Formats: sequence, structure tokens, C-alpha cells
Amino acid sequence: MSQEIFFLPDVGEGLIEAEIVTWKVNVGDVVVLNQPLVDVETAKAVVELPSPFAGTVLTLHGQVGDTMEVNQPLVTFDLGGERAPHANEKQVVHDVPDEQRREPVLIGYGVASEEGVPTRRSRRTVANAAQPAPDLTALSEPAGGPVRTTPPVRLLAKQYGIDLATVPATGPDGRVTRGDVEGAHRWADQMPLRGFAPMELHRASRFVGREIDSWSSGAREERIPVKGVLKAMAEAMVQSSTRQPQAAVWTRVDATKTMELLSGLKNHSDFPNIRLSPLTLVALAVCDAARHFPGINSSFDDENNEVIVRRYVNLGIAADTPRGLVVPNIKDADRLDLKSMALELSHLVETARNGTTTPDDMRGTTLTITNVGPFGVDGAMAILPPGTGAIVCVGRIAKAPWVFDDEIVVRHVAELSMTFDHRQIDGALASQVIAHIGTFLEDPAAALLAQ
Amino acid sequence: MIDEELVQLLTPEGERVTHPDYASSLTGEQILSMYRDMVIVRRLCNESTSLQRQGQLALWAPIQGQEGAQIGAGRALAPMDFTFPTYREHGIAWCRGVPPENLLRLFRAVSNGGWDPQKYRHHVPTIVLGNQVLNAVGYAMGIQRDGADEAVLTFFGDGASSQGDVLEGFVWASSFNAPVVFFCQNNQFGISTPSSTQSKVPLYRRARGFGFPGVRVDGNDLLACYEVTKAALENARAGGGPTMIEAYTYRMGAHTTSDDPTRYRVDAEVEVWKHRDPIERIKALLVREYHTKPVAFDAINEEAEAFALKLRDDVLAMGRPDPLSMFDNVYAEPHPLIDEGRRDMAEIRASAGAN
Repeated sequence: MSQEIFFLPDVGEGLIEAEIVTWKVNVGDVVVLNQPLVDVETAKAVVELPSPFAGTVLTLHGQVGDTMEVNQPLVTFDLGGERAPHANEKQVVHDVPDEQRREPVLIGYGVASEEGVPTRRSRRTVANAAQPAPDLTALSEPAGGPVRTTPPVRLLAKQYGIDLATVPATGPDGRVTRGDVEGAHRWADQMPLRGFAPMELHRASRFVGREIDSWSSGAREERIPVKGVLKAMAEAMVQSSTRQPQAAVWTRVDATKTMELLSGLKNHSDFPNIRLSPLTLVALAVCDAARHFPGINSSFDDENNEVIVRRYVNLGIAADTPRGLVVPNIKDADRLDLKSMALELSHLVETARNGTTTPDDMRGTTLTITNVGPFGVDGAMAILPPGTGAIVCVGRIAKAPWVFDDEIVVRHVAELSMTFDHRQIDGALASQVIAHIGTFLEDPAAALLAQ
Repeated sequence: MIDEELVQLLTPEGERVTHPDYASSLTGEQILSMYRDMVIVRRLCNESTSLQRQGQLALWAPIQGQEGAQIGAGRALAPMDFTFPTYREHGIAWCRGVPPENLLRLFRAVSNGGWDPQKYRHHVPTIVLGNQVLNAVGYAMGIQRDGADEAVLTFFGDGASSQGDVLEGFVWASSFNAPVVFFCQNNQFGISTPSSTQSKVPLYRRARGFGFPGVRVDGNDLLACYEVTKAALENARAGGGPTMIEAYTYRMGAHTTSDDPTRYRVDAEVEVWKHRDPIERIKALLVREYHTKPVAFDAINEEAEAFALKLRDDVLAMGRPDPLSMFDNVYAEPHPLIDEGRRDMAEIRASAGAN
């Protein structure tokens, strides 16, 4: 049978990697030319990759969430013993299409790979024998035979006096990258055993909406351009902290009844498949507090020297997304009942996670909630989104000793804090508001009935 | 949004409307033929987008939504007229007879151009925003000096309308009464910047300030785009000077394959424009007025599919240029620095063992 490999292309002018968002086919599926295979997210966009072949899917070389380097195998197809439809001789013979053999030139690194260009002989080898799926584990140990890498990297290793065979390879097809050699060099400097590094230090991690190199493989110092979501976050925080004098109040509440109400509703027939969480009730509580104390739902208009009091709540929710922090809002959230609020919140979170939040979704926030509970912390000192009067921060809800009817009992306890713009909101108002939210969460059923 | 000064001869539902200054002169056969143009160009665009997503093109600039503006304008040209496109005028290239695979050479990065501009009377795409307007005005002034019976049609978008080159071109064309028609496809976004941010008056009204007429036409109305462009070109050939046409349309897809439009515009807006699709409204007209049978549309679709497969084959068969050839066309005549660059690269390649 004849096999073809679809290599991850550079879909956006000089990109080096993409993350798998959704597979649209499974192993064994028969696909037609241009059928959508996968959604990948690059530094620029989420894009759908259509199939360059008609055939059966043999291998998906990565899982959802994996970051793949450009030119790495993405999908292997079985073309069923026939030649690739609509491909000429040249296409069948070589394993890497022309475009993928193009060498990306990274500033300061030169052409990435000479060996990435298959020689005439290696092409024929590939065409004759079905190519085994390359080892794609991030840390494939060097097998026997010459180490695969590029001439500049060989030179670098030589300069450092490092034996390439001892360097764990993280590049495509087990290739040793410049970063691998740099990492080995650093470890060689510091550790008695050359080339040795604990596994966990090889793991990449997420930072400012992107994947950054691990401690051991990354450069000693790395500079990340400030743009996109990172830039938006930085600008908002500078604007807020330099132009809005901020103070905070906090309180601890017994959220036991909130938890009881939620678990009761989860089994209720009116709420099948609706995601209910403490955040739903916190959102209702914040809106209720705004209705009782409209002053909290205000902002300071520097230009006109006026304070704007708003009698509607566009409720911002700080969301941690693969792209970084975004704060979409629910328009007119004060008009929503429990069920609608739950639906709106799950829609908002879904949209943010999918990266399809629009600028409109983020415009006009009047009050914000940031929920740090899922991160397992008790609370945080939030900074105001620019142009808003208050942000409520809710920590994790955990069992803790609590004085109840003069006895120490175990209750679900949560910490609430609120940061406010002290130009127009004073401590008295802020205290009343946080207390109101606390009272709401201590007996949500009563509060909802009173609405 | 759409104002009363918009020239329209066909509603989005495919019903004819009258206009005091323009009337459709196209026969049913011509309309069907232009319908075919639009379907094929859209298919070309879809295949090119797929090829880019498969790593076979470096970049692609989608045209979806703008087929009516381009086929209308492209078919209004006389054979000897000359066109100066941006990188999105695939429909114009098609009308000029540029072989479609040659159109993709630039996007596959195997050619600096892809065709002989004189042969097809169609310049190679100008990537630098607005520069082609200066080229076009210069060419038009040349026509004037030759006393030829030709006109120039040049293209740019709402984004490029803010470029100095475009406005300088306006000044020169006006001062010399050059036989040029400025065809601005206002597709509402300069990459992500809304057209309304770039101009506080409708774009076509800018022409008046430069001393020549401006017309706003429904860019999704093939019949109107054809008549308005034809009249403007005839006027230019007859010595009437420049005209600016603002084809009011919408880019349904991304700016290029490197762009993600969901980051700066809302779905609801795209939905509205879907109902104004240039192809669908012509189809409605053909069915209603000319009783075109489904079999005729099927045949065109089949032709478009076969066209796409051939295009794919042609693209995949394109060879890789010799890397050293990149130095060949920088200057028309030998240049010592270019020679040095070529020599250095050849040495580096030889030392790296490249063939």
C-alpha cells in the first residue's frame, strides 16, 4: 500500500509551530481531498487544515493540546495502493512536499536544517518502504547511528565540547536542536554529570498565552514581544494602576447554603445539562448588590469631570484562556435569573476557551468578577479593569472551622474581596456592598426569593 | 449604511431596479457567462486557500464576496485597456486571460510575478499598498502622449485609500486629465481597521475634492459594476479624464490566510452580507428572467470542480526556482552589489554542499 504523510505546514508566513485544537477525523476514517482534518492554533489564528490526500487515515501524530513544530508529521494516510490522486510523479516520489522543504530562516539561527532536505537517495528509500511513524515523544533518546541535527548545531556542540549523542533531542524526527545543545551546555556547566538533566526540567510551560521553552532547553534569557492578549493585559493594568486609586475590602462567608442550593439544583429537572457553579450565584449576588447600591456600578470620567452611575450591569468575567487573560462581559446581566445566568456564563466561558471572544464581548464592562477559586487559592488582591468602579474576587470554597450557633462546626467557607476606585467609592459603600454579597451567598434561596 | 447614492441595478434578491444614469445592457448569455466567471473564480479561491493550508502556497488573499465587483469591472474592459491590480484581483486576472496557475506562482513563491504584463494587459500584483495607483496614472499619461484609444483601470481597497500614493495619483490624474479609472473595492476592512475609521466621508466623495467624479456602486451587483465601469472607461478613452468608482462590498473571508477575522468583527455582520452574495443574486436573476435550467448551473459547477483539480495538479508540478535566480530581476542592468550578493550566496551554498 502506498502511504503519504501530511506535514504540518507553515500556515502564516514564518510560523514555527501550531497547537492541535480539534481533530475532525479519526484513525481509520476515509477522507476525500480537501476534507477538514484538524483545527490548529498558531500564534496568529485558529485555522482549519484540509486534507491534501484522498485515502484512509492511518496515524494522527499528536493529541489535542500538543504543540507541533512546522514540518513535523501531522497525519499519515494510506492511499490504498494507488498513487496519490491528482498528484504527479514528483509528488509520489518525494516524501516532503516542496513547500515543507523550504528552510525557515530564523534571525540569528541561519537556515534551520540542511538535513531537512531529503537527498535523492533518501527520497527513494522512503518511497519504496512504508515509513514507520517517527518517534514523536518529546525526548526520544538518541538511537544508534549518527545523531540527526544541522551543521550549525554540530559546530556549536563542538565548540562547547559536548558529545551530541548524549544530548536529549526534542526536534522533529529526533533531531537535536540548537536549544537542546544550549541546554546541555548549561547543565554540563552546573552538574557533575554531562548531559544529565532531570526530566521535569524538559517540560515546556505556558506563559502569557504561549508555550515557552522548559527550564533546561530554553535560552538563558528570553525576550517575548509584547503584543496581542499580553499587550492588552499590560496596557489595561498600567492604565488602571496609574490612573485609578484603588482600595480593597474583604470578608469571609459561610457558603454552605450556596453549595447546598447548587447540589440541589443540579438534580432538578429544570437544570439538565446546565453548568451550575458557585460563580453563578456570585454573579447573581453582585448584580443584586448593584441594584441595592447603584453607586458601586459607577465609573469616573476624567475627561468630563463627572462620575457615571450605570443602572445596568455589564458583568465582566476574568477568564484564563489558552491565549491568556481575557475579560468578556455579560450584557445587562442584572436582568438575568438563575437559569439564564448559568447559561450565559457557560456560553461566555466556552467562547473564551475557544478563542472566539469578539472585541464587542469585551466592551463596556461595568463590574467584574474574578474567580481564583479554581486555582486553589483563598483570595487575591485584584486590580480594576480600567474604567470600571469595582472588581469582586472570589477564592476557593473549602471546608473550614466556623462558629455557628456558638459552636465550632465545619462549614464551607469562602473569602470574598473587592477592589474599588476610591475616587468615587468610599470604604463605607464598599463595605456595604461586600457585606450584601456575603449575605446573599450565606442564604441564596432567601435572597433570590426577595428579588 | 448603504446610502441612496449607491448605484444598483439588481437587488440582493435578484430583482431588477432602475437607475436614472445607468441601465443594464447585458444579454442573458453574457450574464450567464459572467456567472460562470464568478463561480470559477470563487472555486479558484477556495482551492488556493486549501493549498495554502496544505503548505503548498506561502500565502493567499481570499476574494469571496468580491466576485461581482471584479467580474463586473473585468468584463467591462476593452482588450487594449491596461489594468494595475493589488494582490486580491484574481477575478480581474481571470478576465484578462492570465493562466490561473501563473496567478499562483507568486503565492507559491516560485516567481516574482508570473506573467508578461504586456501580453495580458494586466500588471503583476503590487503588494506595496497603493503603489500601483501611481504606476497606473503614469501609464495613463503615457497613453495620452501616444494618443492611443486606451484607458487604464487600477484597483485598490478602502485601506489603501489612506495611502499617500493613492492620493498623489489622484492629484496627477486630475491635473493631467489622465485616462484612468480608479476602482476602489471598499470591502469594509483595511486588514482589521473598519473603513469608517479611515474615512469620515464615503470614499467616493473624496474624488470631488480632487476635481473628478466619484460614483458609489453596489459592489455585490455584477450588472451595476459592469455598467458603471464601462461608462467610466469610455469617458476616459473619450478624453473625459479620471473617475473614481467605489464598489461597496464586503470581504467575506480573511484578509489573507495569515489573518483571523473573528478577532475584529462580529458574526452577525457577516451573516447580513451573506444575504447580499453576488453570485446568488445573479443566479436568482437567471432563473427568474431567463429560465436558466438547473442543468446549466450543474455544468458550471462541474467545470469549476475540474478546473480546481487541474489547478492543484499544475501547482504541485511547479518546480523550485534556482535560489540564485532571486538576484536576476532586481535591476534591469548589471549592478555590482547584486553581483556580490549572488557570488556570496553561491559560495555559501557550495560550502554547505547544496546542489
